[in-house]
Amino acid sequence: MKSLLRDRKTALFVLVLVAILAVILPLVLEPFRLNLVGKYLTYAFVALGLVLCWGDAGILSLGQGIFFGLGGYCMAMFLKLQASTPEATKIQSTPGIPDFMDWNQITTLPWFWQPFHSLAFSIVAVAAVPMLLALIIGLSMFKRRVGGTYFAIITQAIASILTILIIGQQGYTGGVNGITDLRTLNGWDIRTDHAKLILYFVTIALLLVCLGGAHFIRCSKLGRILVAMREREDRVRFSGYDVASFKTFVFCFAAAMAGIGGAMFTLQVGFMSPSFVGIVPSIEMVIYCAVGGRTSLLGVIYGTLLVNWARTSFSETMPQVWMFAMGALFVFIVVVLPGGLASLYRTYLDPYISRLLGSSSKAPVHAGREADHANG
Amino acid sequence: MLMGYSFSDLGSILVMQGFAGLIMFSVYLLMALGLAIIFGQMGVINMAHGEFMILGAYMTYECSRLFSAYMPGLFSLYFFVAIIVSFIVPGLLGMALEWSLIRFLYKRPLDTLLATWGISLMLQQAYRSIFGAREVGVNLPEWMMGSTHLSDSIEIPINGIIVMGMTLVITAGVYLLLFRSGWGKQVRAVMQNRAMAGAVGINTERVDRMTFGLGCGIAGVAGAAFTMIGSTSPTAGQLYIVDTFLVVAFGGAQSLTGTIASAFSISQTRSILEFFLSGSMAQVIVLLSVVIILMLRPQGLFVLKVRR
Amino acid sequence: MQTGNEPLLSVTDLTVSFDGFRAVNDLSFSVREGELRVIIGPNGAGKTTVLDLICGRTRATSGSIRFKGTELTRLKEHEIVRAGVGRKFQNPSIYEDLTVFENLEISYPKGRGIMGSLIFRRDTAVVERVNEVARTIFLDDQLDRRAEDLSHGQKQWLELGMLLIQDPALLMLDEPVAGMTVSERVKTAALLKDIIRTRSVIVIEHDMGFVEEIAHQVTVLHQGRILSEGSMEHVKNDPRVIEVYLGH
Repeated sequence: MKSLLRDRKTALFVLVLVAILAVILPLVLEPFRLNLVGKYLTYAFVALGLVLCWGDAGILSLGQGIFFGLGGYCMAMFLKLQASTPEATKIQSTPGIPDFMDWNQITTLPWFWQPFHSLAFSIVAVAAVPMLLALIIGLSMFKRRVGGTYFAIITQAIASILTILIIGQQGYTGGVNGITDLRTLNGWDIRTDHAKLILYFVTIALLLVCLGGAHFIRCSKLGRILVAMREREDRVRFSGYDVASFKTFVFCFAAAMAGIGGAMFTLQVGFMSPSFVGIVPSIEMVIYCAVGGRTSLLGVIYGTLLVNWARTSFSETMPQVWMFAMGALFVFIVVVLPGGLASLYRTYLDPYISRLLGSSSKAPVHAGREADHANG
Repeated sequence: MLMGYSFSDLGSILVMQGFAGLIMFSVYLLMALGLAIIFGQMGVINMAHGEFMILGAYMTYECSRLFSAYMPGLFSLYFFVAIIVSFIVPGLLGMALEWSLIRFLYKRPLDTLLATWGISLMLQQAYRSIFGAREVGVNLPEWMMGSTHLSDSIEIPINGIIVMGMTLVITAGVYLLLFRSGWGKQVRAVMQNRAMAGAVGINTERVDRMTFGLGCGIAGVAGAAFTMIGSTSPTAGQLYIVDTFLVVAFGGAQSLTGTIASAFSISQTRSILEFFLSGSMAQVIVLLSVVIILMLRPQGLFVLKVRR
Repeated sequence: MQTGNEPLLSVTDLTVSFDGFRAVNDLSFSVREGELRVIIGPNGAGKTTVLDLICGRTRATSGSIRFKGTELTRLKEHEIVRAGVGRKFQNPSIYEDLTVFENLEISYPKGRGIMGSLIFRRDTAVVERVNEVARTIFLDDQLDRRAEDLSHGQKQWLELGMLLIQDPALLMLDEPVAGMTVSERVKTAALLKDIIRTRSVIVIEHDMGFVEEIAHQVTVLHQGRILSEGSMEHVKNDPRVIEVYLGH
């Protein structure tokens, strides 16, 4: 009975989300605004990963921008090579390589750019490269029992290093401007309004797939082990589980999702730059997650949309207030509302909705946890 | 011969870059001391630490302006006043922050991290409104600008020596305060067993507030030193929190000598590498080596085996 | 009681030092199958450290711990658990946010790998086993409660149940009756006597009445060494034991 209600509620919530994203927004928003929403949604991929990583397992990564950026760069490298055919670049001193390489007196395509001629390779790399880096970081840190603030700041340091590296190695990475002027995906022009609309729906579809994957993990025993690890790491270890490999798994999963988000960002926005990799974007992704509610998959999608929408409107009207508001938001959420918007929902809306769905019998004792699962 | 330099050239380069790295060493060490005191005491990372440093830098800048406007005769001595002001103002602000926010967040270290990050954003915006978004530089009095010649090819900047001396005095002061004073005994008691320290009548809340203030004040002094190697802008402090944390972790969070050794090795390596490589690559190599070492040896380089 | 077989657990010349301080010093003892061994001793004698060493939480400086023919000092914690050693901590260590059922289910020894835990399903075998263990630890009517809401004694039982569900050959309990009411204590003693029929148990305990009731063999530790060993009767009358421990 309880689980039936839960399933029904989950289905309803997902339906509402799909209706808002796939029907209402495309109908009411002009193409430019819709493209913005599509851009925001790419951050939601990161936020979903943070729910598992931070909300459930208690591992706070301040370096999710690394994985978002790597995914985005993998896609951007493919698109850039497509845009750098010998014909299109014949005015360069070395035709056939990306323009920024030519500006930096590089005459041959570096080895690590070569495989990105292949679309299949690039698509795999979008998830695999972030996962590989997460695997290395995760194994080396979690095997040595590094966690908490220490892990948070080491990931932040890595984000900072990667940014400096990308900016410094202009000839190979496009430097501070990033990889720009991207045009076609296998001959399909991604810059038209029509293409952007299609990419918007692709983003939604991928987001739903990731949502489903994350939901599946949270409903499995692995999901409960993550929560158990957050509370009593030693008990989990002494129940026969290899804690480090579970942490590494969830960190890699989050990294892969962030990479997919980054790739969709590149496709929709048409460029990728180090400003989406470093310390500041990484920590902002954490706040999207915190605002939505760090333990609610659907909550963080709404949280991401809301914070980004607020940012855009603020920076259009009064940019100087935005930083202050963002700072205050961090403090407010952490101190006053650690459960984010989802906790407001659980307290005020959920009992009402449960009644509406026709279960007045079973207890509000479990309301919080019920909604937890229902929300994803 | 190495990369076209003779060995005596290399020797001079090492010594000069070494002395040039002294100010960076001072900034790192003071920042790390402040961060380590707060971290050791309360187990929280103050992500706004860089902003407290920059507040110290702004205070130094304001002092130099005030002196040159109203007391040009005393300008040659303004830096010493600036050091004191850049300790007191960030220190007071730190105490206010502890009282209004941090004390509600003990036992939630990750949340403190995020909340203090929020504070750092607000401080950056406040600096932008108060001091302007433009980068500002501090004028040094004549006598601090020169350098002494050790030999034909080796020059040492005087301001480096002054800053170095100031850093040594403060480090020694912190050591005496923590390990030789009654107040330090209270601090260490709270550090080791908060409940018990409270039970024997130590006012733990006051100790927390003073420690937080002290840490922020020292960061402010680091800001006074910072004015000599960088220009002060609202966001200049942001990147320092990562570097500083790495210095603290690399040295092993609990050890003062470890922190000194780690600040020294990191700043010197970076300063010397900067001569041969671009600044950003030197930074990447140093940070990356530190991160890799910390991944292999998370307890830092200078710690003993302790009972867990 | 002596069976003549190789003991289930044999600890030989075990030493661990922290910064030169030898918390456990050249310790040797063994536990036979079906034996209930109680370790007593004053605070700081190294009792908890011995358990930490056996379960891999602390790494030995030197010496050997053999369990069913396997050397434990080289294994990781979760491997030691899978070899059949269960450990209960001094303070109840349970997952407060999960229900009693979920607490036991997580401890159920199946699906311990990443893939395994992803495809793990709550089948009838799991449910039956959880119910069975819950009955043993007197919590069969509490399965849907959040573990946080249990009484202190019930939390201790729950952690015991989380170990029992793994069916370890050796169970190590650090002060299992601490904080329990008198009636809970009596029930726990009966529970331990029941458990012992199929496995060996090492218990650390301060409550001498409880020790007398349950112990087969008692080992007295003092400053990381064995001060005395034998039956309760023997140990109680050992003048050295009276001097450092019982006399107070």
